[in-house]
Amino acid sequence: MASTQTPTTKKQPQQNQSSTPFTSASIGKKVLMAFSGIVSFGFVLGHMLGNLQIFLGQEQINAYAHSLHALGAGIWVIRIVLLFFFVLHIFLGVKLKAENLRAKPVGYKFNETVKASLSSRTMIWTGVTILAFFIFHILHYTARITDPRFLQLSLDLAGRFDVYSMVILGFESPLISGFYILAVGLLCFHLSHGLYSMFQSLGLTTKSTSKMLHKFAHLVALVLFLGFAAVPVAVLANQLPLPNSEIPTEEALDTLTTESPNQISTDSGGVR
Amino acid sequence: MLDIVNEELAKTDIEPIHFDHDCREGICGMCSLVINGVPHGPQAATTACQLHMRSFKDGDAIYIEPFRARAFPVIKDTIVDRSAFDRIMQAGGFVSVNTGGTPDANAIAIPKTASESAMDSAACIGCGACVAACKNGSAMLFVGAKVSQFADLPQGQPEKTARAKAMVAQMDTEGFGNCSNYSECEAVCPKDIKVSVIAKMNREYLSATVKTLS
Repeated sequence: MASTQTPTTKKQPQQNQSSTPFTSASIGKKVLMAFSGIVSFGFVLGHMLGNLQIFLGQEQINAYAHSLHALGAGIWVIRIVLLFFFVLHIFLGVKLKAENLRAKPVGYKFNETVKASLSSRTMIWTGVTILAFFIFHILHYTARITDPRFLQLSLDLAGRFDVYSMVILGFESPLISGFYILAVGLLCFHLSHGLYSMFQSLGLTTKSTSKMLHKFAHLVALVLFLGFAAVPVAVLANQLPLPNSEIPTEEALDTLTTESPNQISTDSGGVR
Repeated sequence: MLDIVNEELAKTDIEPIHFDHDCREGICGMCSLVINGVPHGPQAATTACQLHMRSFKDGDAIYIEPFRARAFPVIKDTIVDRSAFDRIMQAGGFVSVNTGGTPDANAIAIPKTASESAMDSAACIGCGACVAACKNGSAMLFVGAKVSQFADLPQGQPEKTARAKAMVAQMDTEGFGNCSNYSECEAVCPKDIKVSVIAKMNREYLSATVKTLS
């Protein structure tokens, strides 16, 4: 257990004369982590508010989605900025974790945790799971390459892409809905520590506000979870009807592709 | 307890268990035992030397381990080298005193709240339990306390920019981990230092970085 060398013969870290640049200093990295976290949180919050518009009806959410896409180059600027901070957040998260593991090479035989919350100790794992979900989610609803039905969706009455029907079709699968609810659950679990952590890392907490900020973070995380989970739950509970319009059901699609399509008119769907 | 064990070991010609201790009054910060996975043992705001055997039941198994962190190499048994803390203090944990006439007492007015909060931070005895408890082996609570004790007082103001940067740079050089805001350090601190000192240090470091941007 004991090292045979005396401490004086060990290589001693030198007295550090020059200061390290901000981005490689421990606190600098945490500040960047917090800032990229805030940007990502802002996106998540906006995304939830966008999602909830589905409860206001097909017209509302399709118009909202259309208005986002009508930004043209603007939407790409926003996407690139978000992606930049998102990648920065992941990069720093992995880097910090690696450094932290290096700083604690030997653990304790008797492992005990007094105060650290489960969410704080699992940030890297919830983070990685969220990343996996994020990739699937983009392929599912943004690139729309995991579900062939989305490409067959007809435009809505105002000639816009029918986001409303796409979301409902996507969440009809309990597997996809379950994964979604699990992932947003982990995301909110991540945020229940992350939100507090942002304030702490940016130096915005004091002895008297610390406890309140913990509660605030938990509350916001819970609200976000309920907001996100509401959509797939409503779909699974048949509370969001597909418009009785031109949406082909799964059965109709099957017949469409496997059998003679002449008799399948576009209004055969809409019944589930 | 270890004294009794060691007396027994001495009788049987086995080398005694090495452990750090000094004042045995809970004020020097020399003891460095991790007892049942918790630095300084299960009793909050108490050093290991002041942890009495009555905290345990008869027949309990007690695990004693050294502080674990890369920046705290083990010397022997439970004794670790905590000189990294000394080098952090040398980097900026002081107020320069220039020669000259003795200043008048009470020439600098200090608000009671400022002196109280500075004293709360200065209560840190530099034992290193925060590093030992931290799952990242981070020294942020220690450095935060030392930065804060000066930042709260007027005497600390002239050197505050250089201090925050130098102490944080030295902390990083020593190989301590980063803060994940676990608050585990706060839970084991024998002097009840709160993680708000880390937030204070972050503020000091940020403002120092901005001031020296040019």
